[in-house]
Amino acid sequence: MSIKLDSKVPAGSLGDKWTNYRSTMNLVAPNNKRRIEIIIVGTGLAGAAAAATLGELGYKVKVFTFHDSPRRAHSIAAQGGINAAKNYQNDGDSVYRLFYDTIKGGDYRSREANVHRLAEVSRNIIDQAVAQGVPFAREYGGLLANRSFGGVQVSRTFYARGQTGQQLLLGAYQALSRQVSLGTVELYNRHEMLDLVKVDGKARGIIARNLLNGKLERFAAHSVVIGSGGYGNVFYLSTNAMNCNATAAWRATRRGALMANPCFTQIHPTCIPVSGDYQSKLTLMSESLRNDGRVWVPKNQDDAKAIREGEKKGVDIPEGDRDYYLERRYPAFGNLVPRDVASRAAKVACDEGLGVAPTGLAVYLDFEAAIERYGKSKAISQNIDNPDAATIVKFGEEVIEEKYGNLFEMYEKITGEDPYKNPMKIYPAVHYTMGGLWVDYNLETNVPGLFSIGEANYSDHGANRLGASALMQGLADGYFVLPYTIGQFLSEEIRTPAFKTDLPEFENAEKDTQARIDQLMSVKGNQSVESFHRRLGKIMWDHCGMSRNAEGLKSAIKMIKELREEYYKDVFVPGEAGEFNPELEKALRVADFFELGEVMCYDALGREESCGGHFREEFKTPEGEALRDDENFTFVSAWEYKGWDEEPVEHKEQLVFENVELKTRSYK
Amino acid sequence: MKLTLKIWRQANAGVKGKFVTYELDNVSEHMSFLEMLDVLNEKIISQKGDPVAFEHDCREGICGACGLVINGHPHGLNSGTTTCQLHMRFFKDGDIITIEPYRASAFPVLKDLAVSRDSFDRIIQAGGYVSVNTGQAQDGNAIPIEKDTALDAFDAAACIGCGACVAACPNASAMLFVSAKVAHLATVPQGKVEAKRRAQKMVAQMDEENFGFCSNIGACEAECPKEISVENIAILNREYLSSAFSAEEQAT
Repeated sequence: MSIKLDSKVPAGSLGDKWTNYRSTMNLVAPNNKRRIEIIIVGTGLAGAAAAATLGELGYKVKVFTFHDSPRRAHSIAAQGGINAAKNYQNDGDSVYRLFYDTIKGGDYRSREANVHRLAEVSRNIIDQAVAQGVPFAREYGGLLANRSFGGVQVSRTFYARGQTGQQLLLGAYQALSRQVSLGTVELYNRHEMLDLVKVDGKARGIIARNLLNGKLERFAAHSVVIGSGGYGNVFYLSTNAMNCNATAAWRATRRGALMANPCFTQIHPTCIPVSGDYQSKLTLMSESLRNDGRVWVPKNQDDAKAIREGEKKGVDIPEGDRDYYLERRYPAFGNLVPRDVASRAAKVACDEGLGVAPTGLAVYLDFEAAIERYGKSKAISQNIDNPDAATIVKFGEEVIEEKYGNLFEMYEKITGEDPYKNPMKIYPAVHYTMGGLWVDYNLETNVPGLFSIGEANYSDHGANRLGASALMQGLADGYFVLPYTIGQFLSEEIRTPAFKTDLPEFENAEKDTQARIDQLMSVKGNQSVESFHRRLGKIMWDHCGMSRNAEGLKSAIKMIKELREEYYKDVFVPGEAGEFNPELEKALRVADFFELGEVMCYDALGREESCGGHFREEFKTPEGEALRDDENFTFVSAWEYKGWDEEPVEHKEQLVFENVELKTRSYK
Repeated sequence: MKLTLKIWRQANAGVKGKFVTYELDNVSEHMSFLEMLDVLNEKIISQKGDPVAFEHDCREGICGACGLVINGHPHGLNSGTTTCQLHMRFFKDGDIITIEPYRASAFPVLKDLAVSRDSFDRIIQAGGYVSVNTGQAQDGNAIPIEKDTALDAFDAAACIGCGACVAACPNASAMLFVSAKVAHLATVPQGKVEAKRRAQKMVAQMDEENFGFCSNIGACEAECPKEISVENIAILNREYLSSAFSAEEQAT
């Protein structure tokens, strides 16, 4: 049976929808808010912002994080910046342009009304963050500074050095902490959601494991919000933090929520290349570096080979023998093409034998030209008429250090190479997941009372997210969207008394969870959780990564099933369930990655087109660019999980474009 | 390279811990310190043993979760480097490396190298914020902030809350952590309004948590992976002391 997916997009013209809707939606009176309880899972930008804001509004909020502190959420690691349609630079930016760039950047696979709302509230986010004391970069006049990011031709990205995510998360964390001190929000740290509890079809609570003593605990509320981030760690190697996982969202899927567009994963073009098989995590170099860095590989394979074998260095290759392939292939956007385009181009270069790391999997990101340009301009500003080369380099490096100092430092720490003197080596890596829980315009899933925000939902980025838009969406959902839209549901619940956790629904969910734990603990096999995760990641990267084909996806589904069976026969989880046990935490997460990974492959197999981060080798133009099929695939696929032995069922939400004409996405 | 690791093992806060010695072969110089521990744990697990518990997450030096005392130094000897960003190329074949958890009564050991830093959250909850609700903000450019002032605020705000300052301090004082937040928010005009009140409340909570007193040793700055300056402590002291002279907010 097909589930009807109602997007609940309000009527009216695109620009008026949100304003009109907000002004007419149902409210919950302050006396009722005090009685209504909300559970929020996750304390990243979305979760912390939502918890703080709902607490301010007077709801009774319980917020959960598996970390020791909300401030550790992986939003903290976002480097480059946050977009907002402020048009402070007077360069023609507007709400419409941000909306349009995001729709186009997402390759026309997101919902118009959601994206327009995102662009509208983007402006409030900057104001809010400034009011919280977030130290954004400023110009000498004291006004906010901006820079450019991939896929756009205006300068609308606000930043705090290369630590924008950190500063925005700390702002949200501090706002959350204030509510904790005021008693409106209860904070449960070191608690991991392991199941969703439904009562009469509505989301009414969670089962969480207290990670310090291993006890399962029950929590009830009128509504549950999942803001637990993305599932990039399905791939094992990714830029996600080690503990990022899909469990909260996946457990919701297991209870009937739909997982939308799971095959839309973003491979980020500028990461530090893999150096050895002991690695479990990759490090991102911010996209902002492509503002000033030029991407290239040697024109001929001999030079590339010499570099790989350590006989030559990047600086030894003369200008004429370098191929600045992004500038050559995409003159309009150059090095600032969107992430999916840049990643695929790097793969093409390396597949042609032009890679510059011993593994063959790296391209250069070079700052020599920027250092010279900035050096000259700084010399002029200091009234030095004929600066010598050394002075130019010195000045240029100073400017680069001011802009990207911490990134350059991080690169040097990890690789042991000085990126001021030798070009950086970079290669694409899994970074972000556009897919996630299916939500309507209210950010509510198909399970009534269950909401999802931030990277955990699928809503705004289509098939490819633009740089500096993740922070924008997380905070938009948390500060400015959910606190309104959740009222639509809760206004119907004012007569619902608080739920007791001794209901059979809670008891059963706890039993199910305990059974999952007991099952994993009792295998007592011979292989570590880590070794299984690494094998799953390799299957996913090889067959559902930067490029995919039907045959590979089919074999991946088979391999994942086999690996999962092996897991439950031979995994070894040390220690006891009733204690602080990080290996058990990991074992539960990896168990969920198997199931999700399989659904991702089904989604990638069913989507017989190439769009955004989803590149099917069978569907490309003669020049090798992605070939979209708007006639047959302008929809959101939302997957219903049916269990281990059955195929997941696909439901479709047709995407309607009333304002934007679907075009071939060209950055040439 | 081959290493000898002397690692603190302790089942939980209620029992006594001890050092256990492990030998580890084939450590690559390209590994990070935590990757080296991953390899050790894989080895322990393959022998059906109990892996070493340590906190970690982003492995990019920004989340603040990791923090081991390596050869007596929080995050090891390299300056401005978190444990996860410390690489094995700074060690050599045959080295004996001692690895301990932070030692401070305000950071009780959970297991092995993992400690609880909940006290830091409670200090922030006491006052480490600007009292502004969502939606109350004026335009972001309404109050110009001088570029260098914004950068000063940023430098203080770069604290990752890892707790190395406490571990480095012979008194186990949290002054650098507290002062970084007080200074960050006192430096920007949005946070200046309640700066004195904030300083008082955060200091009171710090005392409540049993952190030690500051005696101007400066080990905190030396060991801080984000190189937070002790100048922030001077700013904290100024805010705290001057609050004694304000009518409404008597320092206690």
